[in-house]
Amino acid sequence: MTQADALKAAAAERILIKDGAFGTAIQGAGLTADCYRGTYDLAKDQKGNNDLLCLTRPELIGDIARGYAGAGADVLGTNSFNANRISQADYGAEHLVPEMNVAAARIVREVADEFASRDGRPRFVAGALGPTNKTLSLSPDVNDPGFREVDFDFVRDVYREQAKALLAGGADFILIETVFDTLNCKAAIAAVLDLAPIMISMTLTDLSGRNLSGHTVEAFWASVRHARPVTIGLNCSFGAAQLRPHLAALARTADTLIMAYPNAGLPNELGQYDEAAAETAGQVREWADEGLVNIVGGCCGTTPAHIAAIADTVQNAKPRTVPAAPRRTLLAGLEPMVLAA
Amino acid sequence: MSEADPKLAATAATAFVNIGERTNVTGSAKFKKLVLAGDYDAAVEVARSQVENGAQIVDVNMDEALLDSELAMTTFLKRIAAEPDIARVPVMIDSSKWSVIEAGLKCVSGKPIVNSISLKEGAQPFLDQARACRSYGAAVVVMAFDETGQADTAERKVEICERAYRTLTADGFLPEDIIFDPNVFAVATGIDEHRRYALDFIEAAREIRARCPGAHISGGLSNLSFSFRGNEPVRRAMHSVFLYHAIPAGLDMAIVNAGQLDVYDAIDPELRDACEDVILDRRDDATERLIQLAERFKGTDAAAEKAAAEWRSLPVRERLSYALVKGIDAHIVEDTEEARQSAPRPIEVIEGPLMDGMNVVGDLFGSGKMFLPQVVKSARVMKKAVAHLLPYIELEKDEGAKGKGRIVMATVKGDVHDIGKNIVGVVLQCNGYEVIDLGVMTPWTRILEAANENGADMIGLSGLITPSLDEMVTVASEMERSGMRVPLLIGGATTSRAHTALRIAPAYTGPVIHVLDASRAVGVASALVSDGPQKAELIDKTANDYQALRESRSGRGEHELSTVEEARANRFRADPECKPPPPARPGLHRFGEWPLRDLRAHIDWTPFFRAWELHGNYPAILDDPIVGESARSLFRDAEAMLDRIIAEHWLRPRGTVGLWRCWREGDDVLVLAGNEPVRIPFLRQQVKKREGRANMCLADFIAEDGEDWIGGFAVGIHGMEPHLERFRAVHDDYSDIMLKALADRLAEAFAERLHHHVRTSIWGYSDEHLSNQELIRERYTGIRPAPGYPACPDHSLKPVLFELLGGEPSGVTLTESFAMLPTAAVSGFYFAHPDSAYFGVAKIGQDQLAEYAGRRGVDVETATRWLRPNLD
Repeated sequence: MTQADALKAAAAERILIKDGAFGTAIQGAGLTADCYRGTYDLAKDQKGNNDLLCLTRPELIGDIARGYAGAGADVLGTNSFNANRISQADYGAEHLVPEMNVAAARIVREVADEFASRDGRPRFVAGALGPTNKTLSLSPDVNDPGFREVDFDFVRDVYREQAKALLAGGADFILIETVFDTLNCKAAIAAVLDLAPIMISMTLTDLSGRNLSGHTVEAFWASVRHARPVTIGLNCSFGAAQLRPHLAALARTADTLIMAYPNAGLPNELGQYDEAAAETAGQVREWADEGLVNIVGGCCGTTPAHIAAIADTVQNAKPRTVPAAPRRTLLAGLEPMVLAA
Repeated sequence: MSEADPKLAATAATAFVNIGERTNVTGSAKFKKLVLAGDYDAAVEVARSQVENGAQIVDVNMDEALLDSELAMTTFLKRIAAEPDIARVPVMIDSSKWSVIEAGLKCVSGKPIVNSISLKEGAQPFLDQARACRSYGAAVVVMAFDETGQADTAERKVEICERAYRTLTADGFLPEDIIFDPNVFAVATGIDEHRRYALDFIEAAREIRARCPGAHISGGLSNLSFSFRGNEPVRRAMHSVFLYHAIPAGLDMAIVNAGQLDVYDAIDPELRDACEDVILDRRDDATERLIQLAERFKGTDAAAEKAAAEWRSLPVRERLSYALVKGIDAHIVEDTEEARQSAPRPIEVIEGPLMDGMNVVGDLFGSGKMFLPQVVKSARVMKKAVAHLLPYIELEKDEGAKGKGRIVMATVKGDVHDIGKNIVGVVLQCNGYEVIDLGVMTPWTRILEAANENGADMIGLSGLITPSLDEMVTVASEMERSGMRVPLLIGGATTSRAHTALRIAPAYTGPVIHVLDASRAVGVASALVSDGPQKAELIDKTANDYQALRESRSGRGEHELSTVEEARANRFRADPECKPPPPARPGLHRFGEWPLRDLRAHIDWTPFFRAWELHGNYPAILDDPIVGESARSLFRDAEAMLDRIIAEHWLRPRGTVGLWRCWREGDDVLVLAGNEPVRIPFLRQQVKKREGRANMCLADFIAEDGEDWIGGFAVGIHGMEPHLERFRAVHDDYSDIMLKALADRLAEAFAERLHHHVRTSIWGYSDEHLSNQELIRERYTGIRPAPGYPACPDHSLKPVLFELLGGEPSGVTLTESFAMLPTAAVSGFYFAHPDSAYFGVAKIGQDQLAEYAGRRGVDVETATRWLRPNLD
C-alpha cells in the first residue's frame, strides 16, 4: 500500500489530526542569533531563520514534533516553510537548502516512526513547501504591471530542489502550503507532480474568500485539480470561524480529502494569536459536525495544547465523505467557470 | 443589468459559451496594430471591452510574423492578469506554435484552455503536448487534424476526434477537459465541394458528442462567412443561423465577436432563409441566391435603412419593445418621453411597455434565439429609459411645493461631498423653503443659470475640501460679473468666517454670509426673505463684522514666521535607533471586501452625531439632558440601517495598502515603489517656535540615509449609489443622509482597522492589545496623515499617492479638485517611526511656497491655489 492509500484508508475511519505551528514554539524557546547560526559561517544575521534550526538545533525541532505527535497528530509537517533558495537568499544561506531539507524531513521521520512503532498507528510526514516571498502573478512595480521578479521556470526549479531533498530525508508527501499565489502553487505542482503525492493548502488573504492572486476557493480548486492532490484545504488565513463558508465551498466541490488547519483565532483582533485551545477546538468541532473536514490541525499561534484539544473534540466525529467528481468542465480565471458536460 | 440577469447568465454558461475573439492578431486588425506598436495599455482595453460585452472566455492569439510571439503572448497575459475585471474570466491561449503556448501557460494563474493541439505530427508529439498542458493545469482544444491533413467531411472529423479522445482518455486525461474543434470552413464559396461544410460540421458535432462523452465542441465562426468579407449584415446573419442549428447539435462554445450577433427571429426572413439554404445545403442554387441577396444588404444598405425606417414608424409601444430586443439606445429617450406623455402616470411606462419589452427579451433568450451579450445590451437600454422617467416619477410626488423663499444650493465644482448641504436642504424644506438642489460637482455656470431661471432668493454653496474654497471665490466673482445681487450663503466643513470675509466677500458686491451649520440656516434665510428690517440688519451687521475681521488681519505680517532655512535647521530629529523594521510584507496589498460587521464594531460614533449637528461625545450623548432623546432616536435608526446594510450587503469596503522603501532628501521623501523613485514633497512648519520645540515636517520621520520605509493606503466604501438613488426616488432625504453619514463612519473605521492590520501584520512592527476606545484615541505607534489635512495640507499629493497605490486604488478616483469618489473614502500615508506624531503645518511663508512649487514641479500660481489655506 502506498502512503497515499494508507492515508486515505486511515482518513476513511476517522478525522485525522495534523500538527500545529513550529514558529510559535520556536519563539517560545527564546533563541539568540548565535543559537540560530550554530557553527555555520554565515555573514548575515540568522535570527529568525527557523529553518536553519533543523541543522543547528535538531533536538529542539524534534522535541516540537514530538510534542505534536504526543498530542495526537497523525500528519506531521516538516520545519521547512522557508527552506527554499528564494527565502534563504535573505539570510545568505541558499547553499544550505538541500541539507536543511534533508534534515527537516529526517527529524520528523524519526519522530513519526518512533510513535508509529509505539502504538502501531501510522504517522505521516508532510514535507512543507512555503509560498516563498516572491509572487508569479503580481508585479512589485506599480508602474509596470507586466513586470515579474521571478519566472515560472525559476520558481519550479527552486521548489524541485527543495522537494527532492525533503523526499530524500523521508517525507511521504509534499505539502504545498499557505498558497497565496495560485501561479506559485502551479509552479510547485509542476515541480513535484512526478516525484511524490501532493497535498495543497491555500490561504485566504481577504475575508471575501480570495487569496492574494485573487482566486476564490472554487477557482483555486479548478486551477490545481490537475495535481490530483491527496488533500486540498485551507490554512492560516483568518480565524476558524471566518474560514467556515469558504471551507464549505471547497468541501462541496473537491473530490479528495479536505485538510484544514486554522490559526489560533484572528491574528489581528488584538494583535496576537491569543485564542485559547478550547476555543479553536470549538470552531474545528463545528467544521467536523458539518462534515466539512477529513484532516484538521493548527497553524500560526497553535501549540500542542491546541492540537490535543482538537484531537479530543473530533475524536468521535464522522469524517467527511469524499464526494464523487461530477462530470463537468471546470475552468477558472479569478472566478470559477463551470460547463456542463 | 437587472436583477434577473445573473440567473440568465448562469443558464447561458451551461448552455453556450462565447469566446471573445478581438484579442487575436489574426482576426483583429486593430488589435494587431496595437500590439505591433507595443501599445499594451490600449490592447488591455480591448480585452476589457470584450469581457464587458459578455465574452466568457478571452482568446489571445499573437501569431504574427512581425511579432516576437512568445514575448507578446507573455507580456499581454501578465498585463491582463493585473486587471481583475478581465482576469476574472478564463483565458484561451491560442497559437499554432507550441513554444508560444507553453510560454503562455507559465503566465496564467487560473485554469486556461490551450487552443490548439492536434494529431498533425502524429500520436507521440500530440500526447507529449497534451501531457504538458495537463501538468500546467489546462484544458485543451483538439483540432480535427491528423497526419494526412485537416478533416473536411463529417466522417473524417468524427474519426479523428474519436481517435484523439481515445488516446487522451487512455492516458488519464479527463474527458471534460477535451474540447474538439471540428473545423468551421467557409461556405458559399462557389466551389461545389464546399457546399456541405457547415452541414458536415453540424452532423459531426452531433456524432462526436455521442461518441466522446464529456467532451465539448468549439468552433471559430468567422471562417464560415469568409466569402462575404466586407458585408457585415450578411456575415452576422450567417453566424446567427449557424449557431441556431449547431448549438442543439452539440456546439457549446465558439470564438465569436460577442457584440455582433443577430437575434435569429429578427433577421430579415428573406436573408434568413437564404442563409439557412446555404448552411443546411438545401438547394443547388443556394449560394447564388445568397450572393444576389447579399448585394442588397451590403454596408449601410437599402434594406437595413428600410427596416430602420419601418421600425421608426411603428407605434411607440412596439418601438420600445424593438429597441429593447435589438439593444438600440439611440432613440430610447425620445420614445420613452413619447410614451410618458400619453401615459396617465410615468411609472406606467415602466410597468407597461418597458416591462413587456424585457419579457420578450427574456423569452427569446430562454428559447436560445438571443445570446447573453445581447441581453446585457437590452438591460442597458432599459436603464436609460428608466433614468429618463425617474425625475417625472419624483416630480409627481412634489407638485404644489411653493414656499417662503427659493434657494439654489450646490456643492461646487471639483467637490463631491454633500451630507452637510443635504442636511441644510432638508432643514430649509421643513421650514417651507423651496430648495433647488443642483447636487455635487456643479460648475458656476449651472449655479448662475439655475438661480436666474428660478428667480432664486439666495444661493447656497457648499464644499468639504480646501480647493473648494477657491472655487467658491470663482462663483462669487462670476456672480459679480453677471451683475447679480442675490445673497450668497457659504457653508461646509472647511469654510470659515475668516475665509468668507477675507476671500469671498470682497469678490461680490451682494451680501455674502457664512453659515456655520444647518441650525443657523433657517434664521439667516428667514431674515433674508423678510420684508421687514431684519434683512438689512443682518446684511449690514455681517458686512461690518467681515470688514473688521479683514482690518485686524491686514495688520499681521510675516514677522512671526521663520525663513524656511531657519525652520529646516530647527527640524525634528527622530531617533535613528528607533527606525521601524522593514515590513513583513512590502509592496501592494489589496483587500477586496472587508467585512462590514467588523467595521461596524469599530465605528467612532462621536463624529456621526456631529454630522447631524448633535454635539457631545458618544456614548455620553445618549444620556444628554438636552439632545439625548434625539441622539437616542438617531442612534436607533442608524443601528437599524446598519443591520440592513450588513444583512443585504449594501456596501462593499475595499482597501489598498502599499509599503515601500524610501529615504529623505531635504523635506522630500523619495519613495521606491517601482524602478524610479517618486518624490513626495512635504511642507514644514514655519511659525516661530519657542526654545526646544521643532519646526515639524512629516519628512522628519524618515531617515535621510540608508533604508527606511513608508506606507500609503486608500479605502473606499462602494455601493451607496443604488440605495441613494432609491432614496432620492422616494424623496427620502433622511435615509440619504443617514447612509452617507454611516458610510463615512465605516470608511473611517476601515482606515483604523486597516492601520491596525498594517501595524500588527503587514508591516508588523507592533504588537498591540488595544480596545476600540484606545484605538480611537490613537494610542498606538505610527500615524496616517492624509493629504489635505493639517500635517500634509496639499490635496494635490493624492494623485501621487494614488499612482503609488497602483492608480485608482480600491476603486477610488479623484475629481479635478482632488476630492475622492466614492465620497466615503480615506487615503493617506503611513509613518511608523515611534516619534511620528500629528501636527498642523499652519501658516507658511512665500519662500517655502516658491521652493515647494519647484519641488512639486508646478508654477507658483498653481501652488498658491493648492495651499491657499496655509498662506492666509
